[in-house]
Amino acid sequence: MLEQKKLIVSHAPFWHNGSRVTHRNYHTMLATLPAVLAGIYYYGIPVFGVVCLSVATAMLWELAINLVAKQPVTIGDGNAALIGLLIAMLFPATMPWWAVITGTFIAVVIGKQIFGGIGSNAFNPVALAVAIMMISWKDFFNFDGMLLNYDFDFAAVYPLAAAKHFGSGSLETLGLKDLLMGRQIGGLGATFGLGLIIGGIYLMLRGFIRWEISLTFLAGVYITALLFNLIDPERFISPGIHILSGYTLIGAFFLATEDSSSPVNTMPMLIYGIAGGIMTVLIRNIGAYIDGVILAILVINLVNPLLDKIRPQALGKVV
Amino acid sequence: MLKKSFFGLSRSQIEYELLPARLPEPDRVVPSNKVTLFHTKNGNQNAPASLQVGDKVKTGQKISLFADDPAYVTSSVTGTISSISPYSGDFGKTYNAIAIKIDENEVLDDQFKKQIQSPDLTGLIDYLSFLPGNPQLSALSDPETKIHTIVIMGADSDLLIGTNQAIVKSRLDAVQKGIGILRDVTGIEKIILITAGESMQGYGHIGAQVKNIDTAYPAALPHMIMKNVLGEVVPAGKTCTDMGVCFLTAEATAAIGNAFSEEQIPVRKILTLVTKDGKQRLIETAIGTPIRDILDTYGVSINEEDRIIFGGPMAGSAVYSLDHPVLPDTDGIVVIDRSDAAYASDYPCINCGDCVRVCPTRIQVHMLVRFLEAGQYEEAADNYDLHSCIECGLCSFVCVSKIPIFQYIRLAKYELERAEASEAMDTMETTEGAEATDA
Repeated sequence: MLEQKKLIVSHAPFWHNGSRVTHRNYHTMLATLPAVLAGIYYYGIPVFGVVCLSVATAMLWELAINLVAKQPVTIGDGNAALIGLLIAMLFPATMPWWAVITGTFIAVVIGKQIFGGIGSNAFNPVALAVAIMMISWKDFFNFDGMLLNYDFDFAAVYPLAAAKHFGSGSLETLGLKDLLMGRQIGGLGATFGLGLIIGGIYLMLRGFIRWEISLTFLAGVYITALLFNLIDPERFISPGIHILSGYTLIGAFFLATEDSSSPVNTMPMLIYGIAGGIMTVLIRNIGAYIDGVILAILVINLVNPLLDKIRPQALGKVV
Repeated sequence: MLKKSFFGLSRSQIEYELLPARLPEPDRVVPSNKVTLFHTKNGNQNAPASLQVGDKVKTGQKISLFADDPAYVTSSVTGTISSISPYSGDFGKTYNAIAIKIDENEVLDDQFKKQIQSPDLTGLIDYLSFLPGNPQLSALSDPETKIHTIVIMGADSDLLIGTNQAIVKSRLDAVQKGIGILRDVTGIEKIILITAGESMQGYGHIGAQVKNIDTAYPAALPHMIMKNVLGEVVPAGKTCTDMGVCFLTAEATAAIGNAFSEEQIPVRKILTLVTKDGKQRLIETAIGTPIRDILDTYGVSINEEDRIIFGGPMAGSAVYSLDHPVLPDTDGIVVIDRSDAAYASDYPCINCGDCVRVCPTRIQVHMLVRFLEAGQYEEAADNYDLHSCIECGLCSFVCVSKIPIFQYIRLAKYELERAEASEAMDTMETTEGAEATDA
């Protein structure tokens, strides 16, 4: 045999369904676009600056860690870019540049890479970073204060802060339709409810996020808020406002569903989602913080490994 | 290659391909000048003296290298033995590769005809264990595992392969005769013929219960048939044979039937050839034919870094040489172009859970793979159901990070088996040592 062709020997299976980590991340980024574009529409060009800086620095932090740790460069998988994009969406439009860079540092380096990179993070990097920043620089997340110099053609009020300080009466003029269309104050990519819902539905249909988590999260928020509202309508706002304001939608569709920090079995996913929803409203209504989504997500991230112990019995398992 | 569907809400299903009711006769491919047969080898047996290079063999002649070992091969051609060399297969299996140069005139061996007047189990085991379809006949006579059911596989376990389906469709008479013989020699009444996604009509006379199985992969794997058809779940770590169920392929059954009706041991294997363009062909060739001859017949050009797979795309095994021969259990040969083949990566698990949702045995694959990557095989077996795996390969197929999960699982099972074997050996030596001291 003079001419022996070299064949590749590999293990079965020899087919793959073509799914990629990059696809998941890029499609998730695609799904955020309606909300981000609405942010640019409402808050102008500063939004563009914050988003670009955030995505760029998140990727640079990841690259820096890759180089320092002598690992293969992983910025191409889109995960760092996605983290940068999501954290920017939670910031107010006027976030100072150094705060953006600090935020992406916390998210990428402390939230993700220290744990061992993609797939190993116990907490959602974005939620972790925002939680640390909310505690460190409270004023940056006081949306009413941060957006003071804007002149909006709608009632410039951060619904959750108003509800917390002045009770539900202060929001009587606020229509759910306005909230849905983003005519409210909040994070630059978190206010356009319709866009987030469209993005979320797209991701659920494509299977990039699990509907079990997102829908139960929203159900948890709605049911708990409804109970509070029924008990004391003066003090507690209606569940519709809870769903459409603050970080609820972005949390349900983009933060709680993060792969590494969420369960994979059906029952744990349902419990995880509903627990997140309940925690959110508890923190908002009787806790010290204005928005509870970020902290609620950290809490459910924490119980995720325990929840995932609830698992079906394997076929033929010998007990 | 199958791709993920656009919608990913529910678990995706991969369907087996079903053959049309009327099939063309399989093409005959003739080996060009030599065939190679793999004779199993146990441990360090020396090259035997009973058979030497230069000896002549006849078609259908039984070649047994070692006098004290029941293993043998059946020559599929008439010719001269040109070499006997050791060969290592997957997972540490060793063989003696017997190459036979083909003579022009075929002479049929008549030993089988002389020895076997009426079928009995010993005769079957002595002469028909190397039949196309590789029947595990010795399991039927093993007194420790009492076989109470024989399942004839008229469906193929892997995707793209249609060999056994074709046998049931085109050689039903031979299958029926084979079933009759099996029933007579073993006395086992419960014989089930598995068919894939077709009507039950026309099988009434076959002498076996006919059961139809689902057409979604992996319904035709033995463990799934045990669960869905026989209603028995095989406990983790046990085999179907341990449960008293013997699986034979339809091809082997038909070959048993033909062996007695033609008084000659069948030596030609039916197999499905899938070429790069996705075209499937049913071909019939002598066991031991090098794949080179088959590919040359159809003008299939092989480039560097292509893959040639024995078996199907989900659970087959790749071979590294075009000289690799067709084996008795080679139901399919799939040629995959280098650009179409799946490559594994060393990317970490991102915990998306696709593998958990696709696993037919509900294994927590995302946890299992973490232990396997770290080489903690015993923990994987104790806590994360390693031995429940039925080896369908779906987890690797759907893995977003392209982790070679299936490979990890096979490796872990192999390593555990080896560790167990060496442990048993150690214990034996210690006891022997202790006895020697006592004496």
